Amino acid sequence: MVKPESWLKTTPGGLYCEPGDFYIDPTRAVERAVVTHGHADHARPGHAKVLATDATLAIMRSRYDDQSGITQQAIAYGEVVEIGGVKISLAPAGHVLGSAQVVVEYAGSRVVVSGDYKRRPDPTCVPFEPVSCDVFVTEATFALPVFRHPSDEQEIAKLLRSVALFPDRAHLVGAYALGKAQRLLRLIRLAGYDRPIWLHGALQNLTDLYAGFGIDFGDLRPATEATKVELAGQIVLAPPGALADRWSRRLPDPLTAMASGWMRVRARARQRGAELPLIISDHADWDELTRTIRDVGAPRLWVTHGREEALVHYATGLGIEAEALSLVGYEDEDS
Amino acid sequence: MKRFADLLDSLAYQPQRNAKLRLLADHFARVPDPERGYALAALTGGLDFALAKAGLIRGLVTERVDPVLFELSYDYVGDLAETASLIWPERTEAGNAAPTLRDVVETLNSTGKANLPGIVAGWLDALDADGRWALIKLMTGGLRIGVSARLAKTAVAQFGNVDIAEIEELWHALEPPYEDLFAWLSGSGPKPDPNLAAAFRPVMLAHPLDEQDLEKLSPSDFLAEWKWDGARVQIAADGGRVRLYTRSGDEVSGAFPEIVEGVDFQATLDGELLVMRDGLVAPFGDLQRRLNRKSVGPKLRADFPCAVRLYDILLDAGEDLRSLPFQARRDRLEAWVERISHPRLDLSPTVPFSSWDELACLRRDGAEPGVEGLMLKRADSAYMPGRPKGLWFKWKRDPALIDAVVMYAQRGHGKRSSFYSDYTFGVWRGDELVPVGKAYFGFTDAELRELDRWVRANTVNRFGPVREVEKSLVVEVAFEGLQRSTRHKSGLAMRFPRFSRIRWDKPVEEADVIENLEALLPR
Ligand SMILES: [Zn+2]
Ligand SMILES: [Zn+2]
Repeated sequence: MVKPESWLKTTPGGLYCEPGDFYIDPTRAVERAVVTHGHADHARPGHAKVLATDATLAIMRSRYDDQSGITQQAIAYGEVVEIGGVKISLAPAGHVLGSAQVVVEYAGSRVVVSGDYKRRPDPTCVPFEPVSCDVFVTEATFALPVFRHPSDEQEIAKLLRSVALFPDRAHLVGAYALGKAQRLLRLIRLAGYDRPIWLHGALQNLTDLYAGFGIDFGDLRPATEATKVELAGQIVLAPPGALADRWSRRLPDPLTAMASGWMRVRARARQRGAELPLIISDHADWDELTRTIRDVGAPRLWVTHGREEALVHYATGLGIEAEALSLVGYEDEDS
Repeated sequence: MKRFADLLDSLAYQPQRNAKLRLLADHFARVPDPERGYALAALTGGLDFALAKAGLIRGLVTERVDPVLFELSYDYVGDLAETASLIWPERTEAGNAAPTLRDVVETLNSTGKANLPGIVAGWLDALDADGRWALIKLMTGGLRIGVSARLAKTAVAQFGNVDIAEIEELWHALEPPYEDLFAWLSGSGPKPDPNLAAAFRPVMLAHPLDEQDLEKLSPSDFLAEWKWDGARVQIAADGGRVRLYTRSGDEVSGAFPEIVEGVDFQATLDGELLVMRDGLVAPFGDLQRRLNRKSVGPKLRADFPCAVRLYDILLDAGEDLRSLPFQARRDRLEAWVERISHPRLDLSPTVPFSSWDELACLRRDGAEPGVEGLMLKRADSAYMPGRPKGLWFKWKRDPALIDAVVMYAQRGHGKRSSFYSDYTFGVWRGDELVPVGKAYFGFTDAELRELDRWVRANTVNRFGPVREVEKSLVVEVAFEGLQRSTRHKSGLAMRFPRFSRIRWDKPVEEADVIENLEALLPR
């Protein structure tokens, strides 16, 4: 067996597959890119050829317009394409709509590049599927045993309880524009909340895009068109950047909630000025990461971005040959 | 325990006073006895578990968690209680029922040291992360969630739709879990009997004087007294009991035996606790040596002898004088002091004057040590709890002094680099504290050591070299002038601010409001 690091290499532009001449989630514009999902640090503008799921490609188009790849090739989960003797397929990653793990096979070995992923159910995307492999490439955003996200239901209940207790205050929920916002909307609906939910303009496009993929969000309205009185006791979603911004002055005595895995740590929650931290994450927590490592059964683990040290330590303890790739250019998203 | 944990969690993140009150009142309404009562006890400092310390928790965690993962996590989180509560290997499937708050309180009060680790570990297994955090905070005695005892009592009063003064008057007669109190407040029981010997009577407070208002006030309506630079106390002696209370109703009798000893009268008196030697008031720093202690040794007692300078009488031999005009109470007080002899009690004299100008001169020049200004009290004012408008005024000597709350502390430089010696302080704007300045001197080396210790023990958040601290310490800040500034959130910049005193005794609610500062701006 040819060692995988001889054909799948860490470069300044990201993971590069030499025989197939393609990058996975390149951090700069390249000739051929395979993209795991639509988050901006993974899906960048300006590539010549892009291979991804149709949802990811749609997200890229909505974000980058004519910069979203000159040639776009959509493949379904499980479909296999071959480039330069390298077999490529995509498996669901459960992270956001369209998110995929990239499964690459070459010279008798299989590497799974999982991108960003989570294991718990998400009503807006297909659940993660473990794929057995020789090398598993994983993120480590929440790779410390202090990160164990509580159930979504519990966190949504916290939000709804607060809405009931403070009926005169607008509940301004900060949520990442791609994935987190739409998941929150669905979770709030699943909890039985059927009043209008108000959106910051920056969330509108991607939410419409999700709706186009058949996801029903109920009664959504633009927050800019509401009067102050109308918004008392209402739920308003905005990107995290808008929470402290002048935009929020339109709201009556806003109570700031923030939906993110980082809310688990009090110092981080206070830093964000959250009055109501909601621990809802699109990334695997410690238990999900360690369970996944055991599920895929790979003898080798490459850790991309996040708290690599703890995960490498854990995997080494299981007898896995683990190392940090120290890729640059990926962010601690889930903000 | 779950609901208590949820409450602590919401309170910890909620900066608004009114929202905190609503969270608390909602808790008291939703949660049954005795859970809500133990929650109230926890928030008012009524619980103290001698054996449960942070070391116990650390020991339990390190037995269960990979040491490398623990260190990496602790390093990331920065707080032991929080790290422990998050990293604890969850075993809820083991089927232990989560403890109630009552289980925790009663068991901690009755369990010996040897059995404690096993019991605590069982609880930690059965709770979720927020529950574990609340348990550890409760056990190790540092809730630090920005709720003062007074705020919790205010919420109780709101829940029962009664005046806070009623709660304060009863408080010393109540015990956790306060079932009789909640029964009364929810209309299912009689008002608990406050008529216990030597009860605390909520105190009457003064407003800062706005000098422009003097024109509207008639000097002949007022009596003036020196305002002493000490700590306000109440002596209550009745039915063979003697109690010394702080202004917020906490009993401190044990710390000041020289006051309590030899009391053979029956009265409730209002006055200023001071260190006094040969009839002269010692600097406030001397008194600080005696504050915040549960008891006192013979040496400290001899070196810093305390006394109370009396300025009001509330009850005399069982007769309630509080509805009398101040002038009449003053006459009774003077007669009382003539009649009773106690070596550590004396009378705070009135300051005769005939015009505001004359009084202003007296305020500026003519005073002995220990005076920080004047008190003006309407001669016809009844003794009303709280801070009624237009009756009592305090007229501090130096107008460029404010009481501020310490918000952040930063490490110093050079030989102070191991100390948190630079302090950002703030004042109230409505419900919120806004930073108004930064000071890094004005305290002695001994005070710096105390401040540094306090900062480390009261940190709620770290940002590099800066620590955010629990908003619970008031400092009197002296400064030379004030200007408008666009660089500061408060819109103000202070010239030459320094600590003039550390007010370990003062509740944060009584720090200055931003309006007081704005009034000092040059026009
Ligand atoms: Zn992502
Ligand atoms: Zn990512």
